[in-house]
Amino acid sequence: MSIALEHYLTVAAALFVIGIFGIFLNRKNVIIILMSVELMLLAVNINLVAFSAYLGDLTGQVFTLFVLTVAAAEAAIGLAILVCFFRNRGTIAVEDVNVMKG
Amino acid sequence: MLASDLSILLPEIILAVFAMLGLITAVYTSKDGLAPVLVWLTVAVFVGVAAMIGLSGGPTQSAFGGMFIDDGFSRFAKVVILLSAAAILLVGQEFMVRDDLMRFEYPMLITLAAVGMMVMVSAGDLMTLYMGLELQSLSLYVVAALRRDSARSTEAGLKYFVLGALSSGLLLYGASLTYGFAGTTLFSGIFEAAEGGASLGLVFGLVFMIAGLAFKVSAAPFHMWTPDVYEGSPTPVTAFFATAPKVAAMGLFARLAHDAFGGVVGDWQQIVALLAVFSMFLGAIAAIGQTDIKRLMAYSSITHMGFALMGLAAGDEQGVSAMLIYMAIYVTMNIGTFAFILSMTRDGRHVTNISALNGLSSREPVKALALLVLMFSLAGVPPLVGFFGKYAVLVAAVNAGLNWLAILGVIASVIGAFYYIRIVYFMYFGEEREPLDPSGNRLAMVGLMTAAAIMLLGVFNLFGIDDLAMAAAATLVN
Repeated sequence: MSIALEHYLTVAAALFVIGIFGIFLNRKNVIIILMSVELMLLAVNINLVAFSAYLGDLTGQVFTLFVLTVAAAEAAIGLAILVCFFRNRGTIAVEDVNVMKG
Repeated sequence: MLASDLSILLPEIILAVFAMLGLITAVYTSKDGLAPVLVWLTVAVFVGVAAMIGLSGGPTQSAFGGMFIDDGFSRFAKVVILLSAAAILLVGQEFMVRDDLMRFEYPMLITLAAVGMMVMVSAGDLMTLYMGLELQSLSLYVVAALRRDSARSTEAGLKYFVLGALSSGLLLYGASLTYGFAGTTLFSGIFEAAEGGASLGLVFGLVFMIAGLAFKVSAAPFHMWTPDVYEGSPTPVTAFFATAPKVAAMGLFARLAHDAFGGVVGDWQQIVALLAVFSMFLGAIAAIGQTDIKRLMAYSSITHMGFALMGLAAGDEQGVSAMLIYMAIYVTMNIGTFAFILSMTRDGRHVTNISALNGLSSREPVKALALLVLMFSLAGVPPLVGFFGKYAVLVAAVNAGLNWLAILGVIASVIGAFYYIRIVYFMYFGEEREPLDPSGNRLAMVGLMTAAAIMLLGVFNLFGIDDLAMAAAATLVN
């Protein structure tokens, strides 16, 4: 059995959904949220590369490089904010992110 | 070839180089001591670049093979973005000094965010869209957490970051599907691929991208970050969130909807109309119980985004021009209102509780009157300028055959008027307990009075922005 475009798309969709659920169902740790965000972006990358190979068009891979770069910057900023938060509150548990009720 | 492309991008390049030079200079010299100078310099550069864009005119140009579009629509949005950012920097300046927040990173991050917003409204390609959006978002996450030693500010930054990253993820997933099913990331290519009915994959991509953008414009049901982020961020930053980024996100929304999916209006019209209804009602109803004026302004901005989306939902040229008029008026009203909020202090400390406004009219009648004008204008009471914004989007919706949407809009606007008028009630009939300090914040007062004056004087011809918005919309929709 050969691996077709649909298989890649299915894997990417599954990873993406896992990422979303990781953000919403996780009640423990903000670091896990950061990992979930990363998972979502990587699912997008799989999508882009699979489409790029399928279409024989390099644009998708260029897009992937941009996404990878931005994801790195995003993780850096997220961790920096998290460090500031930890200094103020002494905890990074999701249930403690509750000074304001929204 | 490259030189002509770069000359189209000149305003963005000037701002980006300015931001980097400013950062390096401040780091190697007196650090935060340079911050007040940098704020004034940034304001000057913003106004200068806005004048350069506004006066340039000329036909639609595109750079880098259509990835970056410079047309009347983007010029209009950029001028609004830059001028509002400059105004917010000015009215927030004294607050930042007083609260010891005057760091040199602040004006530079705002500049970088402005570059991102300018790229967003000029995007002609999914990659440009993404890069602009992220440049804006990453800068905004940091300014939200600017007060590093405050649990509220860092929590606001964290919440904004997590939900912003989620929305970027949704948008990107949509972009990847759109790329796959259209075979290109260029908006013009997507437009051709969607010609005569979008495929299922394209519709999926479109829906994901709309969900991502709805987060950015804080449209219900993707609004949940807004009240917390508005409340927790330092007030000048909140004022910034409520103005320029909203214009940029609506501009990007309009560009994506019309440039890339303009051939299949029916596919996104209902989604946008539903977002508009949810936002208008949720914002109007949830704001009623608020006691914090920053949270109230958050719900108010959700309602206003609903009205702006109503213009977009019309799906035609008139709708886009109505949206632009609405955004320009909304931004002016918000600058004035936040200028007032910035001047709310008691014993030298910033207070944001609505009950602090009790009896303001007897102590400072001019200030109270200016805020009254702004509140009535936000509520859309004729004949103030805010009414013309609402009128424009309602007419656009009716002309597009969305009568039900227009009727719901009127109902939501009546509900929303309640909490604006409640503020006026507190000011004029509330019993005074602990008075606010008399304001020494001069720049904020100038902002408040100017915005109130615009709301009154603009009734004659809206300062001609309706013609400009019409011309701008004509370049986007064709």
